[in-house]
Amino acid sequence: MAEQPRDELQYENEHVHEVYDQIATHFSSTRYKPWPVVDEFLRSLPAGAVGLDVGCGNGKYLPVNKSVFIIASDRSKALIDIARQHEPHTAIVADTLHLPHPPARFDFAISIAVIHHLSSVERRVQAIRTIIQTLRPPLKGSSGGQALIFVWALEQKYSRRGWDQGSQQDVLVPWILKPDQTSGPDSPPKTYQRYYHLYHEGELDNDAIAAGARILRSGYDRDNWWVIIARQA
Amino acid sequence: MKLLTTNFLTCAVKTCKTSPLSFPLHFKDATLERTEIDFDPLFMRNLLPRVNWDALTTTATELGLQALVPAKNPVDVVEQSRGDDGDIDVQAEAEADAEGTTINATETNADHEIEEEILRRLHNLLLETGVVEGKLVCGNCGFEYPIKEGVGNFLLPAHLV
Repeated sequence: MAEQPRDELQYENEHVHEVYDQIATHFSSTRYKPWPVVDEFLRSLPAGAVGLDVGCGNGKYLPVNKSVFIIASDRSKALIDIARQHEPHTAIVADTLHLPHPPARFDFAISIAVIHHLSSVERRVQAIRTIIQTLRPPLKGSSGGQALIFVWALEQKYSRRGWDQGSQQDVLVPWILKPDQTSGPDSPPKTYQRYYHLYHEGELDNDAIAAGARILRSGYDRDNWWVIIARQA
Repeated sequence: MKLLTTNFLTCAVKTCKTSPLSFPLHFKDATLERTEIDFDPLFMRNLLPRVNWDALTTTATELGLQALVPAKNPVDVVEQSRGDDGDIDVQAEAEADAEGTTINATETNADHEIEEEILRRLHNLLLETGVVEGKLVCGNCGFEYPIKEGVGNFLLPAHLV
């Protein structure tokens, strides 16, 4: 598909934000199992740590560690209405590129399967820059705040989608919403198209470096690239 | 919207973030609610050094809850007493001040841990007290972020993006 969209925000509105508002409940019913790398990252945090879940969706990572405090945000009000049930955390409606948080206050941040929905490299790098600005800078004797970012990989030839090196990186992925009780059993399933940028090997690290981040660890897990980053010393 | 959350919020407008006027955001037409949350003393103890005490004091005062905020972050009070060679009981004095009573022979922990009662009261204020309806206003640009059914909405209109 997809050439570079002319108005990126409008494009993302149609192919990301409105889709998630429509499919929120069904999407949420399919997103309940935490990924191991994210699970381990959150469990390793000390009690009382304060952090962000940027693009939290239905909040599936909020129950992992109840002895930290997470401010979870998403653009989708419908998803936040689901995410907000997870005490002691908080869920707010906010835009990843315009986070309402003061700089340098947070011990950690996660952004899982979010920035691949941004439709230009400038916006994806800006998202990483926005996230690392919220982290505590490293000080003597402490490494400062850390952020874990996950994005969908281009290299996933054994997945259901079958993409691999050389495939188109900017794609529309259908979400099929089957008819429910209210729409009646005879109404046809509705298909929504979500925009994704599929990351090739090394691309997430490069974007993180372009955003001014320091890379602590990175890897590949279950059709996704991930990176743990911090601010420069 | 918990009081603790507002301690970690500012205006979403980029040019406001560098202005001291944008933090904390100011409550307007706020209706309070109470949510029961499990008390976790270790969580509270470790959380306190991360709280901006001046901002918390401002927020609590705007909501008429200033009586519930100790004048100083209890963590700082404990740190001070740790620094004293003479092992002066600053913490007990602070508690005495907070209670409005004099403590004579009260036993205090040797390692100057914060009293659980103080942690419980702050748990009550920071985590269990929230705003269910109202607005958060930026002191720099004046933009009002709505809070509805306990959820703050920080999306900006197109002209502010």
